[in-house]
Amino acid sequence: MLHYAHEQLQGDYYTRAFQAGAQEDTLIINMGPQHPSTHGVLRIILELHGEYILRAEPVLGYVHRMQEKMGEVKTYPQYLANMGRVDYLHALAWNWAYVRAVEQLLELEVPERAEYVRVITCELNRITSHLLWWGAYLLDLGAFTPIMYGFADRERAMDLLQIITGSRLTYCYYTFGGVTADLTPQFIDGTKDFCKYMRTRLPMYKDLVTDNMILRHRVDDIGIISVDMARRYGVTGPNLRGSGVEHDLRRNTPYSIYDRFDFEIPAYEECDALARYLVRMDEMEQSISIIEQAIQSLPEGPVMPPKMPKVIKPPKGEAYGEVEGARGVIGIHVISDGTATPYRIKLRAPSFSNLSLFAEVSKGILLADAVSILGSLDLVIPEIDR
Amino acid sequence: MNIPPELIHISIALAAIAAFIGLNGLVLVYLERKVAGFIQRRPGPYEVGPWGLLQPVADAVKLVGKQLVRPKVADPWLYWAAPLLSFTPIFLLFLVIPFGPTLTGMEFNYGLLLILAFTGLNVLALCLAGWSSANKYSLLGAARSVAQSIAYEIPLLLAVLAIAFQFGTLNLTEMVHQQGQWPWQWNIMFQPLAFVIYFLCAIAETNRAPFDLPEAESELTAGFHTEYSGMAFGLFFLAEYAYIIVVSCVAVVLFLGGWQGPGAPGFWWFLLKVYALILVIIWIRWTYPRVRFDQLLNINWKWLLPLALVNLLLTLIFVKI
Repeated sequence: MLHYAHEQLQGDYYTRAFQAGAQEDTLIINMGPQHPSTHGVLRIILELHGEYILRAEPVLGYVHRMQEKMGEVKTYPQYLANMGRVDYLHALAWNWAYVRAVEQLLELEVPERAEYVRVITCELNRITSHLLWWGAYLLDLGAFTPIMYGFADRERAMDLLQIITGSRLTYCYYTFGGVTADLTPQFIDGTKDFCKYMRTRLPMYKDLVTDNMILRHRVDDIGIISVDMARRYGVTGPNLRGSGVEHDLRRNTPYSIYDRFDFEIPAYEECDALARYLVRMDEMEQSISIIEQAIQSLPEGPVMPPKMPKVIKPPKGEAYGEVEGARGVIGIHVISDGTATPYRIKLRAPSFSNLSLFAEVSKGILLADAVSILGSLDLVIPEIDR
Repeated sequence: MNIPPELIHISIALAAIAAFIGLNGLVLVYLERKVAGFIQRRPGPYEVGPWGLLQPVADAVKLVGKQLVRPKVADPWLYWAAPLLSFTPIFLLFLVIPFGPTLTGMEFNYGLLLILAFTGLNVLALCLAGWSSANKYSLLGAARSVAQSIAYEIPLLLAVLAIAFQFGTLNLTEMVHQQGQWPWQWNIMFQPLAFVIYFLCAIAETNRAPFDLPEAESELTAGFHTEYSGMAFGLFFLAEYAYIIVVSCVAVVLFLGGWQGPGAPGFWWFLLKVYALILVIIWIRWTYPRVRFDQLLNINWKWLLPLALVNLLLTLIFVKI
């Protein structure tokens, strides 16, 4: 073990507990909470032998904001604003999961046009999330330029969403029974252009980045997550589809109007970081296709039910709303005791399950590969800590 | 009082070299940021001065003005010695490079040998910096830099050795004289393989992306210079740019005909070629992802080293015939 001259530098409870099991001649380092490639404040304690990782242990809670407790003290509409902050990259999916749960409690019927609007905006948001992941992942792998291209494209989609939602990142757009504002012609034209534009960009990214030999060597055969391991940890989303399981809530338990669209669920059998990378790149194409179909068949009509109660007071009962987010299955369990505030709200964050396998998958790999695997899991730390 | 003319000559040369390094450092900082901006579809620096031309000056002033911080547990002597050790050998390297027909700091028969010997010192500086910082990330960065630099020095030496055999001299001025003024008379036409090997090794030796593992920021935060601040970091930074200029200069002398060029030969040709090579290095940095450490060593031991040996053997056969 490494002994410093100043023993008080020996670290906190987690470090000491971790050090208790250390072997001789190993190096224990903190990756995070302030580290360039943990994207946020994730902390991982690593035991290194040379550059090989013997053990890894994620330490959570640095951005714990008591989202679940807040649900118990805020009224139903007040809590809507929290949803955009749980996962700031795919905020609309969290919006959707929450309003779905409450709509089930209220037994509200959502107008058809509102469902279409939700699908269009949610898929647009999914593209922005994947674009950011793509840039950030390549930044982890040492390529500085793709994130600028990803951000420039993402900017277009965010400008579009800003037109109708009024915000750029932490959207609070869906509401019980529908959406707060109808689509404008400007948004519809802009989205059509954006889809066309993205169809030219994605092949370029494939040529320039995906087919690059250095990148292939960094992601190919790295971080094998077998189907069995994925099931044990409850992995969902692109990470699960990267292990060859074609599980997607949009297809398996079609919510909203997803059964009306023709799209594929990309899945790769290789179980490695490359498979997860390719799944996300393909998903962007599928999202574009869904948006185009939805805009094509967008019906006229209201975006809110005609009669809404002034105060949202669902009857006693429980409801579970789940949607497919950019990182996996987002689930929100709401228990109502008949008052204006929920009795209990439980948030199921996909990143939490996706991170928990890191300790197992990172045994015996190189430090550089650990960065590659962490990036390929597409974690959003505020979602893990909630 | 009798001052030997040699001493005056060398003093002037060293002063000129200091000015050259400082000036080119500023130019390179600006160039790197502008080119990176161009590659990344953004304007790059444009606030400070016209077209952001004063940005490197502002950067330098910021670095000089910053407090020098030493971690409590760091070794006080070695910690400060490392940046100096990284920077000072550079003066010697520029001394023997023939910038123009008459523009050489010191005519020296073993110029190439001197350059190869003193570039090796940089490894020691990085190693000391990483070790004396008492930071685990720095230590990992130092270990990486030692393994990488030593591995890549071998094919680099072999490639340069082939050139030395071909020219039959280690004098850099002599080498330039043996090449003609037209591009097809330059050595790159006879030694393309050696040039590729040299160029790859040079990028690895100067720790530039995609071989920037000692300071891989997404893995080791900042590698060996994690703990350095202010001008101590600035010296490492300046040394990195100076080494890029040195390896480009040597490449120009060995492979691209030095100051020879169509029309009027002179130092302008030399500078033009050096900056063309530097632009390629910058271009590569902002385009490719970083290789992994074992892959880096595999490239060296499995590809570059055998190829360099083959190249050396072929050169020897041709020289004998």
